Amino acid sequence: MNDIMIGLEVHVQLNKLKSKLFCGCSTDYQDEEPNTHTCPVCLGLPGALPVINKRAVECGIKVALALNCEVLEQTLFYRKNYFYPDLPKGFQISQYDFPLAVNGKMSVETDRGEKIIRINRVHMEEDPARMIHEGGIEYSRHSLIDYNRSGMALLEIVTEPDLKSPKEARRFLDKLRSILEYLDVFDGDLEGAMRVDSNISLAGGDRAEVKNISSHKGVEKALSYEATRQKNLLRRNIKITQETRHYDEERGITISMRTKEGEEDYRYFPEPDLPPMSVKSWTERLKDEIPELPDAKIRRFVEEYGVKENHARSLTSDIEIADYFEIVCKSSICTIPHQKVVRMAREIDPNMAASWIVDVLKGELNYRGMKIGRSPLTEDKTIKILKDLSSGKITEKNAVEIIREILDKGGDPEEIMRRRGFGRLDRSETEILVKKVIEGNPKVVEDYHKKKKRALNFLVGRVMALSKGKSDPKDVNELLEKYL
Amino acid sequence: MIDEEDLRQIARLAKIELNDEEVKEFSPQIRSILALFDEIDEVETEDVEPTFHVFGLKNVFREDAASPSLAGEDAIKNAPKKERGYIEGPKIM
Repeated sequence: MNDIMIGLEVHVQLNKLKSKLFCGCSTDYQDEEPNTHTCPVCLGLPGALPVINKRAVECGIKVALALNCEVLEQTLFYRKNYFYPDLPKGFQISQYDFPLAVNGKMSVETDRGEKIIRINRVHMEEDPARMIHEGGIEYSRHSLIDYNRSGMALLEIVTEPDLKSPKEARRFLDKLRSILEYLDVFDGDLEGAMRVDSNISLAGGDRAEVKNISSHKGVEKALSYEATRQKNLLRRNIKITQETRHYDEERGITISMRTKEGEEDYRYFPEPDLPPMSVKSWTERLKDEIPELPDAKIRRFVEEYGVKENHARSLTSDIEIADYFEIVCKSSICTIPHQKVVRMAREIDPNMAASWIVDVLKGELNYRGMKIGRSPLTEDKTIKILKDLSSGKITEKNAVEIIREILDKGGDPEEIMRRRGFGRLDRSETEILVKKVIEGNPKVVEDYHKKKKRALNFLVGRVMALSKGKSDPKDVNELLEKYL
Repeated sequence: MIDEEDLRQIARLAKIELNDEEVKEFSPQIRSILALFDEIDEVETEDVEPTFHVFGLKNVFREDAASPSLAGEDAIKNAPKKERGYIEGPKIM
């Protein structure tokens, strides 16, 4: 088994901002017509002057702090010169020396336990335009260019080559995404929100850069393909040369992108239109904006609610789910009156809530491509369902059915229970209980035949108790009269 | 020292086409220009803070507020080739 080394360059769009990085064009261009969200600045027209979006820098610092980076005292923008249709100015405004922040770290859960991945740097840059190659990059005859994306604020997060497998790379990205969403700077559901370039090498070979991995799940596939490709070359003693490869998502393969003669030279120089920034002093203020992050939340869920660690991990991977879980648990805390010490009792066991949310609800949501926050299953409905489940009023199967119906059609759990007869026993099930009660109480049966009215009431009560109140009283009366 | 190969690379990056005669002609000229810069290298800068920006300004920001963009047809008005609202460009691998 060859040693694999993977380093990632993750481009993250700060798509919760209202405006682009250097101009006031709206970031709300998804599903809009092409080239309708542009201005002289993001089209690179002569004479246009970029001005830095302050909030973008603040978001960048928040991310840097969450990744345990050191924010530099002085940071500035550079021009990265290259000639490509997605860059209207002939250069990209990016960072080079003096990035926003350096030397961070993030832990990742791997098959061999927790592992620290070092973050080399976090820097800011503008997003290039979107290019569409109809029919795929290999076969299209031209490109179509949409500058709506041009000038969106991007963060580039660069790791050291500390990842040892495609799976670890995927885990890293999953966790990074969840941190970014906790910080409320990023919506990973939007198209092109996170794009990854990666370096991958096997011991004994040069590294290959794989570009254009746009889907989150594509990372593991692209890297696995590339690792296998390199392994096969090494096995045949073919030397792996340093090159850039393009990931073709549809076919799931990487393609060599032969660059023309000579290596790329970006001729970086400081962007004369943008004065340097000195923003390290903002970090204290911005620390207050950083919420409890996934690692801390996992620990707290285990301690405070006593849930299993794997459940805590799954609950916290999505902040919406984590909040949902807490609302479900918290709302069920009630104080018991007439007690000197106020004791907290939970009507819903947090472990049960965790297990239902992780093992049932998340799956049902995934299956429907739904986010919990936008689903019709509000917290109060889940609370009602889980309470009825804990009191034995409905079965687990009933609960699943109710959840599914609400996710599909909306509605109220109580109404669904009644309409679908959940929480009620079948007449045949009640019949069994009725026979059992008659057999078990010969003395009372005798009283009944002596026309003692209370005897019947007693028998009805026994059946209802046995069925935990789920028998239809009408069935019970009719069946008792039939068998007595 | 800049040789002819370096000059070709510089020309390629600057998107300037040079024929062999021009490369021969310009190489010594570029070398003499660069020689002038060697004089600058002689200045003692050990204790001097590097200058990244000449005005001495720093921290110039704008608030995160959206403002109107150009109309789509205006944005692509000067593009020589367009298709369905997109600008048509070459395919580059």
